[in-house]
Amino acid sequence: MSEQSFDLIVIGGGPGGYVAAIRAAQLGLKTALVEREHLGGVCLNWGCIPTKALLRTSEIYHLMHRAEEFGLKAEKISFDIAKVVERSRKVAARLSGGVGMLMKKNRITVIDGAARLEKGANAPAVIVKGKDGKEAKYAARHVILATGARARTIPQAGLEPDGKRVWTYKEAMVPETMPKSLLVVGSGAIGVEFASFYRTLGAEVTVVEMLDRILPVEDAEISAFAEKAFRKQGMRILTGAQVQKLDKGASSAKAHVKTKDGKTEVIEVERVILAIGITGNIEGLGLEALGVKTDRGHVVVDGFGRTNVKGLCAIGDVVGPPWLAHKASHEGVVCVENIAGKNPHPFETGNIPGCTYCHPQIASVGLTEAKAKEAGHQVKIGRFPFVGNGKAIALGEDQGLVKTVFDAKTGELLGAHMIGAEVTELIQGYAIARSLETTEAELMHTVFPHPTLSEMMHEAVLDAYGRVLHI
Amino acid sequence: MPIEILMPALSPTMEEGTLAKWLVKEGDAVKSGDVIAEIETDKATMEVEAVDEGTVGKLLVSGGTEGVKVNAVIALLLEEGEDAAALKDAEKKTEKAAPPQPSPRGGEGDKPAAAGTEAKPSPHPEAPAQRATKDEGKANGRLKASPLARRLAEQAGIDLKSLAGSGPGGRIVKADVEAAKSGAAPARPAAAAEAPAQDIDADEPLAPFGIPASRYELIKADNITRVAAKRLTESFRDIPHFPLSVDCELDALLAFRKQANDKAPDGVKISVNDILIKAAAVALKRVPEANASWVGDGRIARHKHADVSVAVAIEGGLITPIVKDADQKGLAEISAAMKDLAARARDRKLKPEEFQGGTFSLSNLGMFGVKSFASIINPPQGMILSAGAGEERPVVKNGALAKATVMTVTLTCDHRVVDGAAGARWLAVFKGFVEDPMTLLL
Repeated sequence: MSEQSFDLIVIGGGPGGYVAAIRAAQLGLKTALVEREHLGGVCLNWGCIPTKALLRTSEIYHLMHRAEEFGLKAEKISFDIAKVVERSRKVAARLSGGVGMLMKKNRITVIDGAARLEKGANAPAVIVKGKDGKEAKYAARHVILATGARARTIPQAGLEPDGKRVWTYKEAMVPETMPKSLLVVGSGAIGVEFASFYRTLGAEVTVVEMLDRILPVEDAEISAFAEKAFRKQGMRILTGAQVQKLDKGASSAKAHVKTKDGKTEVIEVERVILAIGITGNIEGLGLEALGVKTDRGHVVVDGFGRTNVKGLCAIGDVVGPPWLAHKASHEGVVCVENIAGKNPHPFETGNIPGCTYCHPQIASVGLTEAKAKEAGHQVKIGRFPFVGNGKAIALGEDQGLVKTVFDAKTGELLGAHMIGAEVTELIQGYAIARSLETTEAELMHTVFPHPTLSEMMHEAVLDAYGRVLHI
Repeated sequence: MPIEILMPALSPTMEEGTLAKWLVKEGDAVKSGDVIAEIETDKATMEVEAVDEGTVGKLLVSGGTEGVKVNAVIALLLEEGEDAAALKDAEKKTEKAAPPQPSPRGGEGDKPAAAGTEAKPSPHPEAPAQRATKDEGKANGRLKASPLARRLAEQAGIDLKSLAGSGPGGRIVKADVEAAKSGAAPARPAAAAEAPAQDIDADEPLAPFGIPASRYELIKADNITRVAAKRLTESFRDIPHFPLSVDCELDALLAFRKQANDKAPDGVKISVNDILIKAAAVALKRVPEANASWVGDGRIARHKHADVSVAVAIEGGLITPIVKDADQKGLAEISAAMKDLAARARDRKLKPEEFQGGTFSLSNLGMFGVKSFASIINPPQGMILSAGAGEERPVVKNGALAKATVMTVTLTCDHRVVDGAAGARWLAVFKGFVEDPMTLLL
């Protein structure tokens, strides 16, 4: 067994791992990246990017149905699901190749294979089992775990993917045929995005959510707005409901759902998508032998990603929610800068924007109104609806809302919550504001271009202080 | 439009002061030149004269208010023909511009006194933020702080200059202000030390030292004492000072003084101190390297004039009026100047330029029987001379014991500008003049 040594070995080539590796290389560390499948991880290959490709298809399809509204003619609108999936895969493949180029450019050694850890000198040693079954041992001063996460399952209730009737995001992304009916279990970002995609392409979609509202991490007003919009699109939404049993048949699955009022309803569907959260990939890495502290499927770390074991850090989905690619990347950067002695600010979860690419889109950053009050803030709330914005009306997208939450005493922007067209592209404006610690005064003094959707962000700030202009 | 009366700047460096007392009431008619208010600054009480003629419409800042910013609107004067209605608009306009901080004891209890209401930051969201940004920008030059950090610091009364920023490029961020608030990152001691003086009924300040509040009386230090406390602390801490002592025989000086006073016109009585002032000033001219100030950035200001600050004890503190160009003044002239300055100092009627700007200080505790002492340097001066009592002591003259009137003087020097040798040279010249005052006339 040969042994090679590095300053840093990153395990996992997703958006957390590969970004950490690039930052390390920039800081002059001799870096290696271990990936067992595809560079880019779930995000590029089975998550963020391919789903956005699919949702673009459904968006265009939706608009084609509205052609007349825009003075256009479109007849016999239809789709070829194989081609839809093919485009999505092409997009993913192109980006995965791009990550390979980035590794090369930054002189990062990419090691193909599955890694596990053993006790080492400064940091755990990394054993990589290649595709050919051979093992190689690598030493490093620092090791970063960025192994990501996978869909959570509940086998006791039959909530376990089988690849045929019951899907996770992975199968849902590459359907061979279009299901006529679909049950989505869980209404977080993943569940809602698939529900939106399949509903737009014509499937009968039922969403079951255990909590009392969909998108439970979002502001309650946004959840309510989304629920109304989805119902209008013909989605069936059961909140406060739980799938207790799932019978899988040859051509359908029967879900026994305990509804809000305590009754049990049997829902028969062609496919079921599991979207009940995700769980960290902590198995088979030798973490137990090293004594790495974990909690409910996630590695426990501090603000700089350090685990309780010397020389071992962890970032991204494997350390817990929010399960977001940009959170993983940022954690990777902070972790590496700390390793390199750059003295970064510890990671702050409050400044991570969250985006859901359903129709209408949802985006948020910071505290919801309820959380802000819970934290003891006296709040000032601003709202601005899409119907008051010229650009939104011109786009034919007049349904939506921008909401701001300010601390009444200090003027700190505690949170911002949006639903409607392109809000995922707008939220970074508020994220910058939070990161720079602006108060309402700077936001009010910022000039927002006309005509844009972003004007609503200005108005929602003005509204919080009773100065809204266009409503 | 009513005329705005602004808080005057009594010296170029004055940033704020205490509006000690109004001498007019609302409704009083005033003429140009009438004294309308008294302002207490660092060291003196000054009268504010009306510039325009009119009727006092509204006093916006009540008497006794501390920390009134220079150029804040303190009152509105109605011109002839204007009535009270004109005040309303003007008041609104000036509310934002002039938020004086009332003395903690100014507003009685919870009563929303008019002055108190005005003093609060305007509820309008943009006003405080804008002002904060501008003021900080000017005062702090390139101070980097996030808008939220600025506002939090303003609300908590924390001086941003006292904080170290942990953000990119040393930017002060919310976390830094919050750390300072919670005491995790202590603000610089100077800032912290001032706070208790502002708020003396902060419960039991001596409790940590085991002295209960029932065993002492808390007295509010006046401006003079507070400023002196701050400056002297800084001086003693920041200036590398050292003392040099020498004995001077006074017999010749006392004889000289008697002779001079005998021949002086009525009303002129030269004191020993007057002669010491003259001797010190001429010595400063003879040893110019000792007449200097350390001005930072590795530079020394060498003074062209010998302006002697003379310590005068007044009720509630100490003040140092200046005898300018004392080397060129005759003793009678110095004596008259000192009489006038001391009298006005006791009434706190000195003008700022009369007690700010000396190049050297003289402190004399001889009349209290003190034998010798070392004073604290009065920045930015380079030296201060402490004169003890002239007393009969045994001395050795030509190998035999003899009797002489001897005074011990101690020169405290700022080593950055006056080293031991320079200080000694100056002392030797000074001693020469004192022991043979006739040479002062040469």
